Amino acid sequence: MTASAGLAPPLLNASRFRAAHAAEWERLEGLLTRIEKRSVRVLSDDDLLALPLLYRAALSSLSVARETSLDRALVAYLEQLCARAYFQVYGVSDSAWRDLARFFARGWPSAVASLWRETLVMAFLTLVGTIAAYALVRSDPSWFFGIIPEGLAGGRDPSASAAMLRDTLYSTKQDGLGVFASFLFGHNAQIAIFAFALGFAFVVPTALLVVYNGLTLGAMIAVFADKGLGPNFLAWLAIHGTTEMFAIMIAGAAGMRIGTAIAFPGQQERMAAVVAAGRTAAIAIAGVVLMLAVAAILEGVGRQVVTSDVARLAIGGAMLAAWLVYYYGIGRRHAPGSPH
Amino acid sequence: MRLVRRTKAPATLHRGFVTPEGVDLRLELGGAGTRAAAFLIDLGAMLIVLILATIALAYIDRSTGADIAKILWLIGAFLLRNGWFVLFEMGGRGATPGKRLMGLRVVARDGARLTAGAVLARNAMREIEVFLPLSFLGAQAAAGTADAFLTIFALLWTGIFLFFPLFNRDRLRVGDLVAGTWVVQTAIRALAIDLGTATERPRAMFPEAALALYGVYELQTLEDVLRGGDPVAIGAVAATIRRKADLPDHGDDAAFLADYYTALCARLESGLLVGRHRRDKFAG
Repeated sequence: MTASAGLAPPLLNASRFRAAHAAEWERLEGLLTRIEKRSVRVLSDDDLLALPLLYRAALSSLSVARETSLDRALVAYLEQLCARAYFQVYGVSDSAWRDLARFFARGWPSAVASLWRETLVMAFLTLVGTIAAYALVRSDPSWFFGIIPEGLAGGRDPSASAAMLRDTLYSTKQDGLGVFASFLFGHNAQIAIFAFALGFAFVVPTALLVVYNGLTLGAMIAVFADKGLGPNFLAWLAIHGTTEMFAIMIAGAAGMRIGTAIAFPGQQERMAAVVAAGRTAAIAIAGVVLMLAVAAILEGVGRQVVTSDVARLAIGGAMLAAWLVYYYGIGRRHAPGSPH
Repeated sequence: MRLVRRTKAPATLHRGFVTPEGVDLRLELGGAGTRAAAFLIDLGAMLIVLILATIALAYIDRSTGADIAKILWLIGAFLLRNGWFVLFEMGGRGATPGKRLMGLRVVARDGARLTAGAVLARNAMREIEVFLPLSFLGAQAAAGTADAFLTIFALLWTGIFLFFPLFNRDRLRVGDLVAGTWVVQTAIRALAIDLGTATERPRAMFPEAALALYGVYELQTLEDVLRGGDPVAIGAVAATIRRKADLPDHGDDAAFLADYYTALCARLESGLLVGRHRRDKFAG
């Protein structure tokens, strides 16, 4: 070894670079660690203003290091530092409350409004199911048991007497109804989420779910109509039914949006179409879950308190009108054009 | 689907991710095993929360006798099942506790902010990926009507969705596909010491021929060896370099390698300044 010891060591670019910028990187790293441990609110105003500047400085350090430095540990460090900073600068919403307000003011109604075509299809499928089941059960009551499982009917089947059926519409027994309403909410909301997710399988399961929903409705109407209680049953149903049935149609529409985006992406690339459809439909489903919560309250509370047919119909009609105005009055103004 | 199409899969999980400033961050995707572990941790945590809440509510139920505890349980169970993933992923960290433990984060594939719609979509799809077939199977088994065909069907269904991430190169769940998200590994790395200024002692100088042996690839392998600090590896590498460069052995392999690293790094860096990037020892 031609060891001429004592000469000045060669100074590396990487070392000079580190010495010049390490303080900036360390400050950024300190800020990020604090944000990641708690939240962005822990930062002082000075730090908050410095964050994007430090982030851009780190990015430019990364670019320089990649071009001029052979120190792989340095590049790896800067990569993770920039990625962490990127997520804090760009990835995080400014305020959860503002997000929530935006969801109610625009996101939810406009998502539902943009699904109007699919919602119409689902309304049609529900209607077809209802009419079919109504006609079948009226012509041959034994069809009823083919459509509705015994547990769900709860004695409200073709063999029940008119007095007993009337009693189910107007009795105001309190015990366990709150529990039942919350069970029903959870159950229906889960079904709505399924209807959305199953749309992925080219809409078929979603459409079947919605048709079946119509079938149960038609079969029930037929049983009550047979005893001359048709209008009374409709009033009983209307108080929460307008909200609940509407919610289920929107859930089906959300599923249909995904399924059709996969099958017929139109002008867009298939992946882009699916992502756009998925995000809109998911917002609509969040709205559907809220609608079903409203329906459960109407069912658990409203139906017990209000026993007059006219009042029940009025409340149900008012709810439906309110939803329609909310979605197609307010929502339509913000709705982006349907991608199809 | 475009992403499922068989293209030449890159060997690594690194993906280009260009920030609005035009710098490629080269994110690393979360591996299938890591993500499965995160999911299982979340399921376990949810189960613990459910059990604790059930015990607390049963206690309240017994002392009040009203329906309120039952109602709270039903709504709480729904919120737990559907809200756990959504609320945590919508938060600043973009990760559930399980993902956080495994160093994972949910990111929008297009680099934009992770929206509520995306988080909702990716988690609603989980219902048909995991929960639907399992609850279906559970209900059938409880009713005693689960025959072989149904069981096989449910397992097949779950299997297709469960292993879906392994069949596309970006490790996307069906939920990720629909939501336009992917899950990335977030490492927290400290800045390693600078090998160039690590020592204060006088340095050895090397003849030109000894430094002309290697390129960037060998330099960075040498960096790994030095940072690794394994004396056996250091001895072996030092012996190889001495033999190739025909240098005498003065003992102290670690100091020799550190000096050689600094000298080689300085030489290659000065090459970079004039646009000469010597990839490895085979390059000119």
